[in-house]
Amino acid sequence: MDLSPIWISLRTAITATLITFFVGITAAWFMAGYKGFFKGLIDGVLNLPLVLPPTVVGFFLLLLFGRNGPIGKVLMALGTSVIFSWPATVIAAFVVAFPLMYKTARGAFEQIDGNVISAARTLGVSEWSIFWRITVPLAWPGIAAGTVLAFARALGEFGATLMIAGNIPGKTQTIPVAIFFAAEGGEMDKAFLWVLLIVGISLTAIMIMNYWSEVQRKFVTGGGRKKYGTFSGYKKEASGIQTGSEI
Amino acid sequence: MELLVDIRKKLPGFKLEARFETESGILGLLGASGSGKSMTLRCIAGLETPDEGRIVLNGRVLFDSGQGINLCSRNRKVGFLFQNYALFPHMTVEENIGFALKALTKQEIRQKVRDQIRTLHLEGLEYRYPSQLSGGQQQRVALARALAVNPEILLLDEPFSALDNYLRGQVERQLVEVLSGYHGAVVFVSHNMEEVYRVCSIVVILSEGKVAASGGKEQIFEKPPTLSAARLTGCKNIFSAKAVTPKCIKIEDWGCILHSDEPVSPNVSHVGIRAHHIGLAEDPGEINTFPCQVIDAREGPNTVTAYLKINDLGKSDHGYHLQWEISKEKWSEVALQSQPLLIRIKPENLIFMN
Repeated sequence: MDLSPIWISLRTAITATLITFFVGITAAWFMAGYKGFFKGLIDGVLNLPLVLPPTVVGFFLLLLFGRNGPIGKVLMALGTSVIFSWPATVIAAFVVAFPLMYKTARGAFEQIDGNVISAARTLGVSEWSIFWRITVPLAWPGIAAGTVLAFARALGEFGATLMIAGNIPGKTQTIPVAIFFAAEGGEMDKAFLWVLLIVGISLTAIMIMNYWSEVQRKFVTGGGRKKYGTFSGYKKEASGIQTGSEI
Repeated sequence: MELLVDIRKKLPGFKLEARFETESGILGLLGASGSGKSMTLRCIAGLETPDEGRIVLNGRVLFDSGQGINLCSRNRKVGFLFQNYALFPHMTVEENIGFALKALTKQEIRQKVRDQIRTLHLEGLEYRYPSQLSGGQQQRVALARALAVNPEILLLDEPFSALDNYLRGQVERQLVEVLSGYHGAVVFVSHNMEEVYRVCSIVVILSEGKVAASGGKEQIFEKPPTLSAARLTGCKNIFSAKAVTPKCIKIEDWGCILHSDEPVSPNVSHVGIRAHHIGLAEDPGEINTFPCQVIDAREGPNTVTAYLKINDLGKSDHGYHLQWEISKEKWSEVALQSQPLLIRIKPENLIFMN
């Protein structure tokens, strides 16, 4: 049996998640602070892939990246094309996964106590430093959750992928596409195997991230009323006792 | 050390027009909730931008709408103590205090953090997270964090409002102690007049965004010059009044005359009598003496508030004319006397407002 769909799917999902991670956080951070007139419209457009049928997303992507599309033309001029190539699977996965990352990260940013950020500002710390040392750590449980959801969604992307990347075994055939064609071709055993695999990967990813973000959440809120708080708080305190003060 | 604030900002419902100056010492900004006092503080810190005006700190222009100057918070060198302390929840006490000290070497940072920890009595809490601290400890950490960067001014936004009554007095004393060792100006925002009186030397009273009074605390509390200043400093009995002769004023609603021992401005519009300034008359012939009935009395933990109805006077909106605050001991004597009681308002205790 050709195992290439596993590697293509994983490569696609991981690449798309990475891109989504940075673009999603940036967009979320920008929109959490944006108070302009077009806030509602921009937010709507960014969330649209979440509610549109994947075929509609695929159709738009074809318009953009196709031979006559604005981006397609530029790529043609550079002597390349993404349609029916591996990057197309990444593009499709990124677009459908993006809103999940954006939405969860934005919610996490908006929940941060504004006074905490203000306090950091009055202390004379640069905005960049505030973002990486305060905002991201405090929003981490949300960012982690968004990353898992984005990964799972990217891994499961089917409709848009099929439309712009097609079904080229060994090149653009991801697991969901392989399942569809195996099932349609009557190879139910093969399809079933892929189904088990993708359920396995997705479930594992979500479980690992859930566990992790639970640990992080306790860390951020300080672990309630327990004397030593969280595991990480405890570790820190214990190591502090051994090694003297360390900042 | 000096701060000059002269700002205007349109807010929902009213316009903030704050104007005051202070040199070193603790300035109290007293006002009811929604009077714009916290907003004024946030404008000084650069967390909000006034529509127009000027803010100057030690000769440095922080904000000037005319010249287009608006320094961002991080360059203003202000220390801000938030109502909820706003500690970084994912950092230990030590990390919170050392957070902004990044231009120094590790050794220097450690030393500075240690100094702050010692000054604010935080020894033993270095590796705790904010959620593992009591309210008072959190406040000290926030203060240590603000002081660690040597701010030129310290802005305190209702620093005791998140504490329960028991802790409040203790924390207040510690705060005053720490502030006595601090050489910059301090602006203390509160809606609690007693707190302001105990902590500050200079008071600015804000009412609906405008400065209703400003000056030394004794003077402001003794003779509040405006109606809202009188209310905010806790004056319970305020009536609209008119000067009839230079030393006599008439409370218009009741048609009764009060005598003052100093000349009253012809523009006087209200007269105030503090609830604890009312006393029993020894001689019915004295001035400002009135027979009255106690119509209700409410017991507090230390004092009794009696509601008095003065005989032969017009009706009052509340059903009583005066509120009288009296110690429990005294009250037990008063309660035995037969009514009507003869009360007296000393002429020097009258507060005149224009």
